[in-house]
Amino acid sequence: MIRLQGIERDFQVGRERVRALHDLDLEIPDGDYLAVMGPSGSGKSTLLNLLGLLDRPDRGRYLLDDIDTGALSEEARARLRRERIGFVFQSFHLIPRLTAAGNVELPLILAGMAPVRRRQRVAETLASLGLADRAGHRPDQLSGGQRQRVAIARAVIMRPRLLLADEPTGNLDRHAGHEVIRLLEDLNRGGITLILVTHDPELGARAGRRIQLLDGALAAPG
Amino acid sequence: MRPADALAFAATALRGTPLRTALMLLAMAIGVAAIILLTALGEGARRYVVGQFSRLGSHLIIVLPGRNETQGGPPPLLAETPRDLTLDDALALARLPAVQRAAPVSLGSAPVAHGGRVREVTVIGSTPAIFPVRHLKLARGRPLPTIPPDREAPMAVLGGHLAHELFGPRSALGEWVRIGDRRFRVIGVLTDQGEALGLDLGDMALIPVASAQALFDTRSLFRILIQARSRSAIPAAEAAIRATLRTRHEGEDDVTIVTQDALLGTFDRILRALTYGVAGIGAVSLAVAGILVMNIMLVSVSRRIAEIGLLKALGATRRQVLVLFLLEAALLATGGGIAGLVLARLGLWVLQRLLPAFPLAAPPWAAPAALAMALGAGLLFGLLPARRAADLDPVQALEGAH
Ligand SMILES: Nc1ncnc2c1ncn2[C@@H]1O[C@H](COP(=O)(O)OP(=O)(O)O)[C@@H](O)[C@H]1O
Ligand SMILES: [Mg+2]
Repeated sequence: MIRLQGIERDFQVGRERVRALHDLDLEIPDGDYLAVMGPSGSGKSTLLNLLGLLDRPDRGRYLLDDIDTGALSEEARARLRRERIGFVFQSFHLIPRLTAAGNVELPLILAGMAPVRRRQRVAETLASLGLADRAGHRPDQLSGGQRQRVAIARAVIMRPRLLLADEPTGNLDRHAGHEVIRLLEDLNRGGITLILVTHDPELGARAGRRIQLLDGALAAPG
Repeated sequence: MRPADALAFAATALRGTPLRTALMLLAMAIGVAAIILLTALGEGARRYVVGQFSRLGSHLIIVLPGRNETQGGPPPLLAETPRDLTLDDALALARLPAVQRAAPVSLGSAPVAHGGRVREVTVIGSTPAIFPVRHLKLARGRPLPTIPPDREAPMAVLGGHLAHELFGPRSALGEWVRIGDRRFRVIGVLTDQGEALGLDLGDMALIPVASAQALFDTRSLFRILIQARSRSAIPAAEAAIRATLRTRHEGEDDVTIVTQDALLGTFDRILRALTYGVAGIGAVSLAVAGILVMNIMLVSVSRRIAEIGLLKALGATRRQVLVLFLLEAALLATGGGIAGLVLARLGLWVLQRLLPAFPLAAPPWAAPAALAMALGAGLLFGLLPARRAADLDPVQALEGAH
């Protein structure tokens, strides 16, 4: 369960203060499938970064599973990111020198899991995303769709409750994009909370719920 | 994060940029090799000098006429010229219980001639005792004759080089040479023992001490060389020598006594300090390597901003990022250090070829000290880039990829 109350986030750009999020209240129940929509610059990524504990609001409260995240140390926020939150980025963010398996393994390494268990978990996860035969390939040996699937495998390998995807199809062709969305929706059906940033109305329409951001404020709560 | 995984991650990061990594390894290797080579040269110099002193003889005590001011006491203002050391002094010292042998030395320079050839060389007058005291070795013939020291005898032992200069390939034994205005028969030729403390043993002639005193028309001795009975007898011998000479010189303490051990100890200390000094100079090259590592790692951090952002998004703490980058620096330092040890080996081998007579060898502490310094420099100079990486804001870092 996610609760945002009176969230404000400003950025200083030169002399000006840009208001990226303004007086935002939002509740997202567990297992929700929420599409965050809105024009470019409306604050979608800023919202996702706050939800992912990569950024802090200037004002307001963010409760994640009843934990008041504002009071947490940087260490504790890193731990929550590691254990409860998975990220999928538009540009994949795979480490080029590591193989698909190596990239997927990374969160488990950071969590200190033993190598034997790790290898098993990676193999399972890659197989469940149809990537078993790509485990030893480096990112530059994979297609865009395969890269994003590897990124999704990495996002879910710690079995998080929350999956944050910022325009995950933005760098993909139509076919690969649909495949990725279906994958994410499968994961959502498995119980994970899915928050999908997109400016594609067709994709947004598939979500269980939509919010529309405009200049950092909720325009049309779904 | 497990240490082995952290190491493996740091290693893949280094392998990802082979050129940069090779450059940093090379810099570290050169720094470590510089320390080892420089200390090897310093240690070699120490061993060389110690070797030179040992070659002088064993348990050697040298008695010189005149008082050395550094031994305390006011310098004599109304210079009563110091009493000369005499042959009788030498004979008295030879009888002391702590003394094994005493060799009087009278020294001068004179032309030595045979046939048409003349060489101006150092002529030493002494007794047969000088051979064991001074470790002189004969190539051919026999040492000076055992005769009462105050008796002259027309016999000479020549240095190897001098013998060759005068006689060429022919044997000098039994031939006559003219030293100054006197004739001497060559009874022995020394082996070439090279130079020891400035005296070229190859280019000198050795004659009985009484003959030398007559030749140079002096009663006084240049030195008395004494061999103590053992190393532990040196202090007792020194005290007995001082006491004996004071009595013989009417209560005046007018000689300088130098023990080989004291000289050796002084040079040993000076040259050890020199070795530490040159090791310090080598350490400067490691600091330069460290600064290079720092700069290259700063470039590496800025190239890997997106990766660092990703690590943070995946739940890496500030500490973990810091450790990962410090490990890279530590790996570079260790790898470079080991390469440096190999490089130093190679360098020592080449240097030894170039300076075969020089006893090159790094002191035992050099390699561990150089490695430790490399690691220290790596961690010290790796700290700034590592902290820069750890302090990156994850959102901005992730955007840095675009
Ligand atoms: N780090 C930043 N510094 C300054 N301004 C920023 C920063 N991040 C976002 N903004 C501004 O905040 C607003 C919202 O940005 P963003 O959340 O990225 O929009 P969206 O993802 O909807 O396109 C924009 O006006 C953007 O310029
Ligand atoms: Mg955006």
